This record gives sequence, C-alpha cells and structure tokens, in this order.
Amino acid sequence: MLIKKEQGFLQRFYLVEVAIGTWITMKNWFFGKNITIQYPEERRTYSNRYRGQHFIKAVNGVENCTACMLCPTVCPADCIHIEAGEREDKEKYPVKFEIDILRCCFCGFCEEACPKDAIKLSNIYEMADYERRVYDKDFLLIQRSKK
Amino acid sequence: MARERLVNVEPTQILLIAMLAKFIFVLMLLLNAAPLMAWAERRICSWMQNRTGPNRVGPFGLLQSVADAVKFIFKEDLIPAHVRKWYYLVAPGICVVPAFLTFAVVPFGPVIDVNGQHISLQLTEMNVGFVYILSISSLAVYGIIIASWASNNKYSMLGGLRSTAQMISYELAMGMSLIAIILLYNTVNLQEIATSQGGPLHFGNFVIPFLPNWGIFYQPLACVIFTVAAFAETNRLPFDLPEGEAEIVAGYHLEYGGMKWSLFFMAEYAHMLTASGLFATFFLGGWHAPGAGALLQHLHLAENIFPWALVAIQVLTFTLKVILFMLFFIVIRFTLPRFRYDQLMKLGWKILVPLALANVIITAAVIAAKTY
Repeated sequence: MLIKKEQGFLQRFYLVEVAIGTWITMKNWFFGKNITIQYPEERRTYSNRYRGQHFIKAVNGVENCTACMLCPTVCPADCIHIEAGEREDKEKYPVKFEIDILRCCFCGFCEEACPKDAIKLSNIYEMADYERRVYDKDFLLIQRSKK
Repeated sequence: MARERLVNVEPTQILLIAMLAKFIFVLMLLLNAAPLMAWAERRICSWMQNRTGPNRVGPFGLLQSVADAVKFIFKEDLIPAHVRKWYYLVAPGICVVPAFLTFAVVPFGPVIDVNGQHISLQLTEMNVGFVYILSISSLAVYGIIIASWASNNKYSMLGGLRSTAQMISYELAMGMSLIAIILLYNTVNLQEIATSQGGPLHFGNFVIPFLPNWGIFYQPLACVIFTVAAFAETNRLPFDLPEGEAEIVAGYHLEYGGMKWSLFFMAEYAHMLTASGLFATFFLGGWHAPGAGALLQHLHLAENIFPWALVAIQVLTFTLKVILFMLFFIVIRFTLPRFRYDQLMKLGWKILVPLALANVIITAAVIAAKTY
C-alpha cells in the first residue's frame, strides 16, 4: 500500500534537509570506518569448511586414491575424469586424474563420497588463469602443500 | 642588490613581468584544478561511502590523475561514423575556452604597488567584470549544444536540450542575485567589490568587531540563490541532468572518448573553479584574510617585507576559500540525489527567480532609503 507522508514546512523548504544530509555525509567522511580491505595485502579469513580448489591427498608420496570411481559418479557437473590402472603390487591406482575446473560447481560431493579421503577441497579461492586449464594429477598432488 | 636593480627596470617591463606572472598563476590554477579535483573527488567520495578510493599510484594515490591522463592521451582517437565531424571535433574546445576565460576577471589578490606601478592581482583589470562574467559563462552552453547535436545521438541530444533549458533558467536567477551585490557595492569592478569587503562587519554605524565585512552577511539570500544557480550552471549534482548517467547514459559527451572527453571534464572543473572564485569574491571577502594584517604586525616584520608577506597570505587565503567551496561542491554531490527535470524547472522559475527579484527590489529600496 502506498503511504504518502505529509511533508512539513522544513522538509519542503529543503535547505535544512540539505544541511542535515550534508552533516551525515561529513560524519561518514571524518569518522566513518572503512568496510573495504586492501585485498592483495590484507585478506579475509574464510571458514575451514570453505570449498575451494581441489587437491589429492598423498601419504609417503603415494596418492590415497584407489580409482574407485565414486567421485566421477557423484559429480553433478561431470567434471572428474579418472582412468584406472594397476601398480606392481596389484593395487588399483588412477593413471589419469583430471578435474575440468571450469565445469566444477564446488559442491564438495566428491570430497564426501571419497572413502579414502583422497580428493579434498582446499581454502584456495584464487583460481583465475590465463588459459582454460584442466587440472591433472600432478598438479592436484602439488596443491596440497599450498593449502 | 635585487631591490637596487628593480629600480632601474622600465615601468612597461614591470607590467609585462607582472602580466606574465599573473597569467602563469591563473593558468596553473585552472590546469591543475582538473587532475587535483578528480583525485579529491574520488578519494572524498570513497571516504564518505566507507571505502578507501584510489591509493595505489603515488603517495595517497595522488598520481592517479597522471596515470589517467596518460591513458587518455594514448587512447585511440575514435571518431564515430555517424557524427558531424567538424562540429564534433570543435565542440570540446568551445566548451573549454569560456570556462577558462571567466577566471580572467576574478581578483586573487589586492592591488599591489611595484615601483610606483599599480598592479591589480587579477588577470584583466576590466571595469565591466560583472557583465563580462555573465556573458562569457553563457557561452559555455554552446559547447554542450554543439557537442550534443553533432553527436547525432538521441541521448546526447536530450542531454543538450536539458542543458540549454537549465542553463538559461538558472542564468537569470544567478544574474539577478548578483545584481543585488552590485547595488550593494555600487560598482561592477570585481577588484573594487573585493576591496570594499575589508574590515569588521558594520551596518551603518553599528559595528560587529569579530565578524569580517563579507557579502554573505549583507546578502544571505543572494548567497543561497547564487550557490544553487552555480551548481546548476556547472552541471553538478543535484543538477547534473545534462549528464544523467541513469537516464541518458552520459548526455552530451556520450560519443566522446579519450582526450576529447577529458576536455569536457576539464571544462567542468574549470567552471567549478570559476564559480568558487566568484563566490569567494562576492560573498567571502575575496582575498581578504581577516586578522592577517594584525597578526603580521605582531611578528614585527621588516618594513619592506611586510606588504609582500601580507599579499602572499591574501593570495593563499583566496586559494583556500576557493578550495573550501570546491570541497562543498563535492560534499553536496555525494549527499543529494538528482532533481527530476520538472522539479528543476519549478525550482528555477517559480522559486529562485521570484526570490532573486524580491531580493533586488528590497536591496534597492533599502539603499535608496539610506541615500535620500
């Protein structure tokens, strides 16, 4: 419902209202506290549960992943591509582990689905790049240290 | 030694040197106004909005304007295919020239005495300074009209039409508010107007010692009308309808880019500077620095240094007054929303013009009553 407020003489006179408005802006000018931050130098702290760039966890240089294919199955964006292979000790491992980061929607389902805690999402949120890249296994293994 | 040599200088040479010095001072003031004001506007606006503003280029971001200027100069000088080329190219110049010309008669210092030569610290000692200001500042609208029409763009043309109507309506109120000042000081020479505002405030024999003898105390109504009209004349918010980003994109300078655009930008700031200078001259006592003379006498300066120190302080005072009014422009810009077009016209014709007329009549009546 449209409520029309009756304006008093002072409001219609306007100059007083201008003075009040100017006082408010001046107050912000001299006493206002900045709500912005100087980004590359200062950073906001994000929650530990923030879902950023992926990485693959490794123990003693061997990735935890056993290529069980649960993450590509659960992935709603269909961005994980795994090719399974066999090690000398008959253990299954991912020959190829690629994440098309442009398709990823950062839902974190892969992290939840993983039985071996292999694929995880880090706090890294600066993923801008000069090319449209697909993260391969080597890259994802390195990313853990950057967390 | 230097004083000895100065005695031998020909009077014409002194005048020539003084002319050059005044010219350089005014030109520097006008040319540096645009980059400094652009920086100040962005910084102050961001402080008011609880942001930081440009602070990366140089100390406090002061070189941001230099970076912008470099960008403008090296930008592609694009001329759209659908414009009237000659008028399109000439319009920014026509916009800038009147903006710079008006400052010529604004006195930024008193009349000084160099070897018996009287040098008035204003660019041109013109006896019709007041008429000159009104006529030249009206010319500024031509630049905007030509720019908008030559751009061959509907938004530009709307901006140009608005600007014409607005400038013509507010010119009237501005001129009439100044007529009251002219009646009060009985002269159209700006230097004389500024000179007669010295000393303490007095109404006839009734003297108020702690207030300066400024026009703002005699003509508060004319001061308000002049301020509002000055905002409209310079196309600043809340009267920046010719630009109106939200409605008509950018108005008359929509089709311009690079240096051509920044000429419009410079013209706006030069207009602001001139309006501030006029406001200081008419209402804030011009170059008068209240108390400066007494303060300097207190310091027991040498006989020959004293007048020069006083002049330096007075020029600085004038600059300070101008800067304060420029800051007022910025504060108002980021406080008030834009007027609607009908509100603008209503304010101009139904409120400001009758008020200014009434002010002229009352001032004239009071002066006539005092004279006879």
